[in-house]
Parts: sequence; C-alpha cells; structure tokens
Amino acid sequence: MSNRKRRISLALIVLFVLAFAQSLCAQAASVASAPTPANDTSARLAKLEQQAADAKSSADNAWMLTSSALVLMMTGPGLALFYGGLVRKKNVLGTMMQSFALMAIVTVLWALCSFSFSFSSGTGFIGGFHHLFLHAVGAAPDPDYAATIPLQTFMVYQLMFAIITPGLIAGAFAERMKFSAMVVFMIIWSFIVYDPMAHMVWGKGGLLNAALGGRFPTLDFAGGTVVHITSGVSALVCALYLGKRLGYPKEPMPPHSVVLSFIGACLLWVGWFGFNAGSALAAGSLATSAFVATHFAAASAAIGWAAAEWIRNGKPSVLGGISGAVAGLVAITPAAGFVDPMSALLIGLIAGVFCYWMVATVKARFGYDDSLDAFGVHGAGGTLGAILTGVFASSTVNPIFKDAAGNTLPSGLIQGNAHQLLNQLVGVAIAWGLAIVGTLLILKLVDLTIGLRVSDEEEIQGLDLSQHGEEGYYWEASA
Amino acid sequence: MTKVEAIIQNSRLEAVKSALQEVGVEGMTVIEVRGHGRQKGHTEVYRGREYSIDLIPKTKLELVLADSLVDKAVQAILSAARTGKIGDGKIFLSRIDEAIRIRNDERGEGAL
Repeated sequence: MSNRKRRISLALIVLFVLAFAQSLCAQAASVASAPTPANDTSARLAKLEQQAADAKSSADNAWMLTSSALVLMMTGPGLALFYGGLVRKKNVLGTMMQSFALMAIVTVLWALCSFSFSFSSGTGFIGGFHHLFLHAVGAAPDPDYAATIPLQTFMVYQLMFAIITPGLIAGAFAERMKFSAMVVFMIIWSFIVYDPMAHMVWGKGGLLNAALGGRFPTLDFAGGTVVHITSGVSALVCALYLGKRLGYPKEPMPPHSVVLSFIGACLLWVGWFGFNAGSALAAGSLATSAFVATHFAAASAAIGWAAAEWIRNGKPSVLGGISGAVAGLVAITPAAGFVDPMSALLIGLIAGVFCYWMVATVKARFGYDDSLDAFGVHGAGGTLGAILTGVFASSTVNPIFKDAAGNTLPSGLIQGNAHQLLNQLVGVAIAWGLAIVGTLLILKLVDLTIGLRVSDEEEIQGLDLSQHGEEGYYWEASA
Repeated sequence: MTKVEAIIQNSRLEAVKSALQEVGVEGMTVIEVRGHGRQKGHTEVYRGREYSIDLIPKTKLELVLADSLVDKAVQAILSAARTGKIGDGKIFLSRIDEAIRIRNDERGEGAL
C-alpha cells in the first residue's frame, strides 16, 4: 500500500517538474523571439563583440580560478607534506601547522590591506591605499593587470602567492621556532618584504615592472624574485640568526618520512602549473608555453640532481629526485613565460646540479643549519633562475619589449640584449637586499619582545607537544 | 621450564614460525627490535648528509617451553633461521621458575 502511495507521489513530482521546465522554456523562447530594438548591423555587431568578449572572459576566468586553487594546493597539502616529511617525527605537526597557519593569516591580511599595498598605485616601491578592505575589487577587470578576468579573480590568485612565499621560509627555522614568534614574524614579513617586492615587480608603477614601464624592467614571469629569492634569502638569514638545532650536526636528523615528502613534492609539481602557467593571467597560448617550460624544467632538474648524486654517492635517491624537481620548478619560475622548451630543459638541468651542490657541499662547508634547505633550493635556485631568464628570454615566445613604433625588441642575452642581464641583476640585488634587511629587522624585533626560539626542553620534547599539545602519530591509542 | 629467546633476521620469521609449529611449539611472542652484534650497519644519505645506521631492525622471538621440547625447538630455529651470513642472530636459554595462566590461575607446565 505504502509503495503505491510513494509511486503516485513520485509521478506527481515528475509531472510538476516537467510543467515547470516547460514554462521556463516557453519564457526563454519568448525572450529569444522578442523583436530587437534595432535591426541595423552595427548594433548586432556590437552585441556579437560583447558576446565574444564575455566568452573569452569566461574561459580565462575558468583557468585563473583553477590556477588559484592549484597554487593554494601547493601550500596545503603540498609544502606541508614536503616539509613535514623532512623533519623528525616529534615536529611533523608543528611544521605542517606553519604552512597551514599562513593559509589563514595571510588571507586575512590580504583582504584587509596587503592586496592594496601590493597592487594599487603608489610609489615605485610600495602600493597605496586605494584597495584597502578590497575597495573597488569586484567583477570589473583592471586592464593594467589582466583585461579579461575580474579584478577579484586576480586578487585571489595573487593571494595564493602571498601565502606560499612566507611558508617557504619555514624550512630554515624548522624544529626550533616558537609558534607565536613565527606568527608575528610572518605578519610583519608580509608587510615589509613581500608586499613591497610584489609591488616593485608586478604592481602599477613598480620600480622593476617590465610590463608596466618600470625604471629597471626585470623579467620575472611568476615570481623568481618576488617569491623564491625573498623567501630563500630570508630563510638563510633566519638560519644564521636562530642558530643550529640542538645536537646539529653531531646528532643524526634524517627525514622521518620520505614518503610524505614524496607526495608533497609531486603535489608541488602539479600545483606549479597553476603558479607558472596561471601567471599568463589568461588561458591562451602563453599559458601553454609557460606550462610546457615548467614541466620540462622540473623533469630535467630531477634528472640533474639524481644523476649528480648517483655519480657522487653511487646511488640516486628518491629525496634527491624530488628535491631536484622542486629546484627546477624554482629556477624556471621567472623564465616560464619567456623561454622555449629547449631552454627550459637546459635551465632545469643546470638548476638541478647547482642546487645539489649548494645543499650537499656549500651548506656543509659553511655549517649553517638551513634545516630543510629553503635557501639551498629557493634562494640559490631563484637567483640562478632570475639570471638565466636574462640569458634565455626570447621575444619569439613572448614579445615583451617593444619600441615606440611597436616593433618587437630582443629579450635576453642570447638574442643580443645584454642589457637585460644587468636589469636582472638589479632585480636580484634588490630582492636580496630587501630580504636581508627586512628579515634581520623583524628577527631582532621579535627576539627582543617575545623571543624566537623554544626552550631547550621544548625543543627536545618536539614542537608538536610543546607548541600544540598534540602528537602526529599517536601509537598508544587503545583498540 | 625454559625460556628461549631468539634474535633472528626479519626475513626468516615465517620459516622459523612454521618450523617451530612442526615440532609442536604452540605459542610464541614476537617483537620487532633494533640492535647489532658483529654485523656492521649501513649508510644512508639524505641531501648529501651521511647517516650511519648501526642499529639494524631484527625480530625477537620469546618462547617458554617444557624442558622436553627445548632441544627440538632450538634445532628448528637453528635450521630455519640460518643463512650462513653475519647477522643471523643468537639464541639465549634461561630457566623459568613459574608460569601462570591469567584466565584460570593454572600453574606450571600446564599453563604453557
């Protein structure tokens, strides 16, 4: 009986839905057949142009929202897993939390003021107050940045970069910094290092902006200077200022799970397509070109690092392979939208071998405890990439420089523009200088107020318990 | 009663287990341990830093047996655990004063 009732009510619902759908169709048909106000060609042409523009905007916007999500995935879970696997068991949550906390904190800062400081018009060094509290950041595009996507999409895409950049620094002070100190450090660092650097390279009127007429046009497609040099060099300063972990280098501190690091590194590789190809800010052929360059550089760098290890130690390691891939991705970041695939392969290969040498030889020689090699990979790889961009940039791939008559000018050294190498060095020097001075100031300030390092007992206990009151692996849970 | 403690290569556990079952051993406790005797460890390299691993993962079996079963059990372990290479492990025998079954307070060999 109840079955029959159910069947009847189901049939009624279907009927109702059908009727509703039909009325909708009829309505749509009446709209379509309504007489247009003017039948003349120009009005129809204008309408067609509008529709074409809308379609392009939708396509670009779809790619940019996807890219934004991909770049967020690089921080969590990508970087969190990559770094989390490299530390000792007792610090796995503390390390992951450093990445995760930035996903929350930097987002709030970005909404309140950081986006404005980075991307509204201001001086050559820092943006102004126009976009405070995301004022005038809505559906309308800002043609100076990206003419086909809402400024709000551009804003949220750039936010993901502002999140991962300080996250990278955490690799240098892993396993020994107080969580509270890290939070304060990162907030100030966002304001005095990231925002100015992003403005100089990408912001309207920025000193180094190559697309919007900066004084020293530096080619930085997706953030070699803004993201990797600033974070990598700040990481080195942190490692030197904080000093070594207790017991380093006498006590063995091998990664507690290369498996976690492996998953993290592969997520970074995939996320980097959003980072680099997304930096085209549109879904066209430039995005493809950057995508291809990104992938090729990661591949050849993985081979470079692993091969160097194979020759030196007799075995190619998994950690070496994935570290190499990350190094290649770092190095291709500034170059991605300016170089052809063969140059990308070469840049990756050089970066893989160079970063291995930095990490395995240079770090050991100087004895600083850059725990997870944030400087060796991001600082060194970023600097190398910025310089190599000036060498390999090609106007065939991306005609970025034009003369007054609109003719394309050569881009990099190989095309005969030696001056570009100089501009790249200016960009590198400014990024290094800003990172060193800014980071030192913040470290001093935090050190004098709330203190930077956990106590010795807390460090021995591990950050998971001492900073967060929990454990990553709670084996004693009863059945 | 005798306690037999055998430290063996991880890879030999299954063979030792079935050899013991064949001679009539009914219970055992198996523990994952780390240690070394004369066997040297190995080196692991992470980003150019070398770590020498000298405590090697091993498997330890603990059995408490009626004295009549001890010789057969030791023979079973010897033949099943031996690979002939350094690192095959060791067997220790010791006297046990008493055994008590928790379920019903049974004592002596009957509790084994």
